[in-house]
Amino acid sequence: MDEWRIPIGVWVEDAIDWVQDTFQPVFAFIRDVLIAAYEQLSSLLELSPFWVMVLLLGVLGWLVRGWRFGVVGAAALLLIQFVDQWENAMQTLALVTIAVVVATIVAIPIGIVAARSRIVSNAVRPVLDFMQTMPPLVYLIPAVVLFRVGVVPGMIATVIFAVPPGIRLTELGIRQVDAEVVEAGHAFGSTPGSILRNIQLPLALVTIMAGINQVIMLSLSMVVLAGFVGAPGLGQQVLSAISRLDVGLGVEAGLSVVILAIYLDRVTAALGARSAVARLEQTA
Amino acid sequence: MLRVVAPGVANRAVPGRRYDPECPAQCTGYAAYARADPSRAVPERKVIVAAIRTEGLYKVFGRRADEAVRRLQEGASREDVIPLGATPAVIDVTFDVKPGEIFVVMGLSGSGKSTLIRTLNGLLIPTAGHVYVGGDDIAALNPAALRTLRRDQMSMVFQHFALLPHRTVLENAAYPLKVRGLKKDERAAKARDALAMVGLDGWEDKLPQQLSGGMRQRVGLARALAAETDIMLMDEAFSALDPLIRREMQDQLLELQQRLAKTIVFITHDLNEAMRLGDRIAMMRAGRIVQIDTAEAILRKPANDYVAQFVQDVDRTRVLTAATVMEPVGDGALERGQPTVSPGTMLADVFSLSAQSPLPVAVVDDDRRLVGVIRRETLLSSMAAGDVAPTELTAEGEVTHG
Repeated sequence: MDEWRIPIGVWVEDAIDWVQDTFQPVFAFIRDVLIAAYEQLSSLLELSPFWVMVLLLGVLGWLVRGWRFGVVGAAALLLIQFVDQWENAMQTLALVTIAVVVATIVAIPIGIVAARSRIVSNAVRPVLDFMQTMPPLVYLIPAVVLFRVGVVPGMIATVIFAVPPGIRLTELGIRQVDAEVVEAGHAFGSTPGSILRNIQLPLALVTIMAGINQVIMLSLSMVVLAGFVGAPGLGQQVLSAISRLDVGLGVEAGLSVVILAIYLDRVTAALGARSAVARLEQTA
Repeated sequence: MLRVVAPGVANRAVPGRRYDPECPAQCTGYAAYARADPSRAVPERKVIVAAIRTEGLYKVFGRRADEAVRRLQEGASREDVIPLGATPAVIDVTFDVKPGEIFVVMGLSGSGKSTLIRTLNGLLIPTAGHVYVGGDDIAALNPAALRTLRRDQMSMVFQHFALLPHRTVLENAAYPLKVRGLKKDERAAKARDALAMVGLDGWEDKLPQQLSGGMRQRVGLARALAAETDIMLMDEAFSALDPLIRREMQDQLLELQQRLAKTIVFITHDLNEAMRLGDRIAMMRAGRIVQIDTAEAILRKPANDYVAQFVQDVDRTRVLTAATVMEPVGDGALERGQPTVSPGTMLADVFSLSAQSPLPVAVVDDDRRLVGVIRRETLLSSMAAGDVAPTELTAEGEVTHG
């Protein structure tokens, strides 16, 4: 049997080695940028006392969803402080925020291009399938090789895992825009760029926001895995709970992830629903 | 070019129908009316040039489109080229649309009419042939030049309105002006004018969602009017509306057309609509145009069985005019109590007058000079399909087939 083995693993290893040697400065640059961004953001989040943050997040919840969500949200966030996970939660929040920003910056342009070109769409789809179904732990290995241990490979793996729904829903949203309305844009002499800005993106916004919401949720689900490669935050806590079979710590850290996830989900969903088109659909 | 002035007729007759100098001698209606006495016609300012002209236009979808066009040009039928994997939608279409006329393209679904209208403004690029708009060949323009042409020369009204749901009525109507780069207050003023023209003043700040279907299409119409283009393309513009509203919109379009004299290409699958609106009608079937003529001419002389079958169900009383069916009278005096109509009156309105009086209905011009009479037998025979002239009636009133 051995002579029939196809050495895909060896090829990929060689490819990664080659990439690492050739693009070392690029990876170093990306690493520096991401580390700097993470440190800035996490120190900002940890700098302010917990009650300031809780208050801010509570007010944000109140503004986008109403006072009841604001109060319940603030109370739930307070619980994180009282199980002594506040600092870890803020590190996780910083990590997730940066991953989501990067994923969004990557996803929306690709989604737009895929919506405009069948060829791109057909090429992108299997890649997205691959990214979503490959067990996410596997990304961690080349990520560590390329970016070394720490917060960066965790972020990169998170981005890879979380970006597909952002691309898919951006493409879907733009494709779903009424073809006649787009045609009207062309018929009155608009440029493709103006049609994108004034017709397609506004009308696709609800779907795109649903995609961003998915990106956030998937990012949070990757937090623990990021802990494997040395990313700080709640993931680290869960890992050490596993290694010590510490049920209590595991539950406390896990609960904190859940609270963060639900809070972010509700806030971003509400932001999507507040767009002009979504309001229209509600009144219809 | 001459334009008939028919004061006093306008409110009863189909508005917007004009004298056509190229109309052959057997022309009826206004044309005959104007020809009988040229002093009734006044010169119009524009020299006649086609506003839109297509030449040997083909649009074939699918694979091997060029090959399909070549075979079609050599005389192959539509079915012959389908095995190539090609779907011909528009086949060898040639026509001129004159400035200021409503040119209706009439056909059933799948006849290629929607494809045809989209080649006129370059939303679809012809596979072969030419579309000339004011001297420019659409197929030869680069995207930027095409955009300029659409912006400055042609606007479009869509079947399902195609309004921006997240913009107000005013913003929707101002859209073409925004594209053209006008300042905000300037485009708001023009959009307000256009909305007032279609009777939507007071609705500027509503969203399209809050309007009924008919009103939404008025916004669509206002948007096209606000663009201030000479040419308006209307793609089944009234087909999605219910019959009463549709009729209202048709009236409104005719009324506007009388004031604005745009060049309108109007697509429809509704023959009654075509006959009501069209100065000329192009009958389309399976990608080809089978007849281009005035409504009356199509009714009286259908080019083939297909068209004949089609026009069977048309309400002839709303297409034919008094002048079309009257027996001309050299000179004569009106009898006492004789009902009178103007030459442009539709037969639908002649019927009740004829029923109320034992005398023939007199057709009189604006100076109340007698130009013709319509007897009851004439009226009845005009309802029969085909070309039945009054002279073919015997004294007993029976039709003799010649």
